[in-house]
Amino acid sequence: MTTTQARQSSARRPVPGRTIRLRILRCDGPGKPSRWETFSIKVESGANIISCLQQVAANPVTADGRATTPVVWDSGCLEEVCGACTMVINGKVRQSCSCLVDEYAPGEGDQITLEPMSKFPVVRDLWVDRSRLFHALRRVKAWVPIDGTYHLGHGPRESPDAQATRYVLSECMSCGCCLEACPQYNVEPDASAWDTSFIGAHAISQARLFNMHPTGRQLAGERLEALAGPGGVNDCGNAQNCVKVCPKHIPLTESIAAIGRQSTVHAIASWFARG
Amino acid sequence: MTQRVIVVGGGLAGLAAAVRIAEAGLSVDLFSLVPVKRSHSVCAQGGINACNEVARQQGYSEYEHFDETIYGGDFLADQHPVLEMANWAPRIIDLLDRMGVPFNRTSEGFRDLRLFGGSLFKRTHFAGATTGQQLLYALDEQVRRYESQGSVVKYEYWEFLRPVVHEGVCGPRCVGIVAQDLRTMQVRAFRADAVVIATGGPGLIFGKSTNSIMCTGAAASRCYQAGAWYANPEMIQVHPTAIPGADKLRLMSESARGEGGRIWVPRRADDRRPPREIPEGERWYFLEEKYPKYGNIVPRDIATREIFDVCVNQGMGVGGENSVYLDLTHKDPDYLTRKLGGILEIYEKFVGDDPRHTPMKIFPAVHYSMGGLWTSFTPGSYTPAAPAPGHVSGTRAPIGSEIGMGLQPGAIENARTNIEGLYAFGEVSFAYHGANRLGANALLSCIFDGLFCGVGVVNYLRDGSPSKSPAGELDEAVFRRAAEQEERTLKRLLGTTGQPADERTNPYIIHKELGVEMTAACTVVREEGRLRQCLATIASLRDRYSRVRLGDLAAWTNQSLAFTRAVGDMLILAEALAMGAIERRESRGAHYRTDYPERDDAGFMKTSLAKYDAASGRTVLEFIPIDASLVVPRARTYGKKESAADPKKQAQAVGAT
Repeated sequence: MTTTQARQSSARRPVPGRTIRLRILRCDGPGKPSRWETFSIKVESGANIISCLQQVAANPVTADGRATTPVVWDSGCLEEVCGACTMVINGKVRQSCSCLVDEYAPGEGDQITLEPMSKFPVVRDLWVDRSRLFHALRRVKAWVPIDGTYHLGHGPRESPDAQATRYVLSECMSCGCCLEACPQYNVEPDASAWDTSFIGAHAISQARLFNMHPTGRQLAGERLEALAGPGGVNDCGNAQNCVKVCPKHIPLTESIAAIGRQSTVHAIASWFARG
Repeated sequence: MTQRVIVVGGGLAGLAAAVRIAEAGLSVDLFSLVPVKRSHSVCAQGGINACNEVARQQGYSEYEHFDETIYGGDFLADQHPVLEMANWAPRIIDLLDRMGVPFNRTSEGFRDLRLFGGSLFKRTHFAGATTGQQLLYALDEQVRRYESQGSVVKYEYWEFLRPVVHEGVCGPRCVGIVAQDLRTMQVRAFRADAVVIATGGPGLIFGKSTNSIMCTGAAASRCYQAGAWYANPEMIQVHPTAIPGADKLRLMSESARGEGGRIWVPRRADDRRPPREIPEGERWYFLEEKYPKYGNIVPRDIATREIFDVCVNQGMGVGGENSVYLDLTHKDPDYLTRKLGGILEIYEKFVGDDPRHTPMKIFPAVHYSMGGLWTSFTPGSYTPAAPAPGHVSGTRAPIGSEIGMGLQPGAIENARTNIEGLYAFGEVSFAYHGANRLGANALLSCIFDGLFCGVGVVNYLRDGSPSKSPAGELDEAVFRRAAEQEERTLKRLLGTTGQPADERTNPYIIHKELGVEMTAACTVVREEGRLRQCLATIASLRDRYSRVRLGDLAAWTNQSLAFTRAVGDMLILAEALAMGAIERRESRGAHYRTDYPERDDAGFMKTSLAKYDAASGRTVLEFIPIDASLVVPRARTYGKKESAADPKKQAQAVGAT
């Protein structure tokens, strides 16, 4: 079902010039207690969560008229290609920029709930620290090991089908939706545990992407070994939540299966090589 | 002590610089407001230009790419740097290809090409409609590789506050920066033998634009206030096709037109029928009618002015509103998904209509700054006795494309600001794009700066002042003083929270009013009286800003503080911009003055140069000559209202495939 169809099927006509309520789970910093605060927002047509939060920043007063601090959140491109503004909205993880108020709160007084992602340590309010996610990309050596940047001619030729497969995988914007939805992935503030705790679907899929590339493949063995140990591909519990929440529709479960197969083949090959 | 380079900004220019400098064996400290993978370069959609084998066999050349860029920029860019960039372009595509960028492919597996504004040849390489994202990721991955090896250290969520400029024996020299951790709010000075500023454009000065939330121009403004010159501030590109929104104006890529998208409005202003019910004969394809040769792919400034004219002056916008149709519905939906999927999805997500079946409604929006920090260069080996006449499209190039003809490779002056040791790469610099940037040349200029000019930075460390007097050995007091100055500013802002802000002292409202005023006075159409009124508004906003009040006292992750500080820097850059727009009494490229509608080469084929007078806090503007030693300027008409000479090229130009 396309976005348009989904929208039309669930359509309740948005009330123009209405006021909605934004209920936000707040926290002043690591180790500080959390609290709920609700804000009344007058919305115009085309409003999204970002434009609502911008109103709160300019005028941080709660629905019951109490002055408070502005809500802190992370954002960047506002067109769902940078991944920054990911949060939990009405219980479901997604980017807040593409979350339209007309869909989520079409009626006067409708409420939208915002929470920070729960699988990463909170920095403040809706802003979480996703360093572990980028660490995972180092863990699987998510790059093509080129021979430097001097001119050495073009890269490998590629069929349109292979390009199409790689392109979809390469659209991963490291937002963390797949990790928030994963029952196997839990908050881990201790960076020294990041090399052995579950790496998550996004990094497994990136390993598949680079293992597909003719030059990237040179590191395939190292990637598969990194994914064979604790916190690797075998820790996946096959809940398949990741693929359902991926905003870029990346076939994450296919990637996990592909890397699972590659790992098995690699393990057998290494075993024979040792013998 | 090892020599270190600081790169500020983790978009394409900053990452390309980091890779090149780390590869040379130097250590890089990379500062970014956001994790570098989330930089604004992700928003670039359409592609990256370079001469290629197919186009070459049809008569295209690096030289034509150079000539198109100069002509597209309306003869304002210094010409030697543009020549070198065009000559380098095919090598950059090859490198990105080797890095694994999933460029779209032909059925035989070669890199596919698309048509883009300002050219009659297909010379734009692309990865779906998220080319910028794919290029950024490829460079991000290479930087991660160096990060794993320890030669790049990332400082993400750190904000650049000022360059540390040291008065040495041979004049002012940049020896480091002051930066702030946006989580802990710690302010620190960092030493560096050279600093590369690669912080992108200032779109937020216009309030809503196609730019990301961090594109405030504050970093450029801080360099400017520290004595770096700012060139052609008035040259702001307004992209013809954007999707209006409550929080930002989302870009609808030029590739939509490159792939055959047609711009039109109903011939009758009161025609309220749904677009697909309006018969062909009752639609006004105004760009195709006025520019039969280039049609819908005229350069951006021209398309923007025509759309603006149709809507604002003639009242012919769709439904009486400020919008026109960008129509792709005549193309095969599967083809569109393959070539443009990413951007069609953005439209569908944010507007709710599927552009494969319903024409999109679009309007121009502020997009890119051709102006930026002034940079120098060392010309290369091509120095003709007299500039050549304008290149005729598809004819033999007068010169080859050897490296070093445009710029001297490795020269330490390339892309350097007027302050020794301080470099500017990418959109934050003024080089290459003159008075208007051609589509798909921005990604090119960013990566070119990083790769080509990055070598000059390396040579500066090896042979320049740092080799005799390393930043690591300078007196600690130099750095402490710089950090203390920034701490004083913070203390002053944090001291304002005693009572709640009102409308006049609220930083968000000051910013909003600045955006509304700049958009009204300094975008598509400009005129002296209105610009003077704009300057007065900026002055009053600066006055209000001096009494600004913060909504947050927090000593931890205080976003209000960072935003408020940036608003002050935006106001200063906005003033330079408006002054440039007033003083340039002609029309050229994106700068269109109703009171001076003609280009005036005798008076203004010059770079406007803004210098900040620290004592008065004011901008002083002057004009300096440009390097026009390679091509003679010619009228920039894009064949308006002429009949197209070559019907085959005309068909190509309107995107028929």
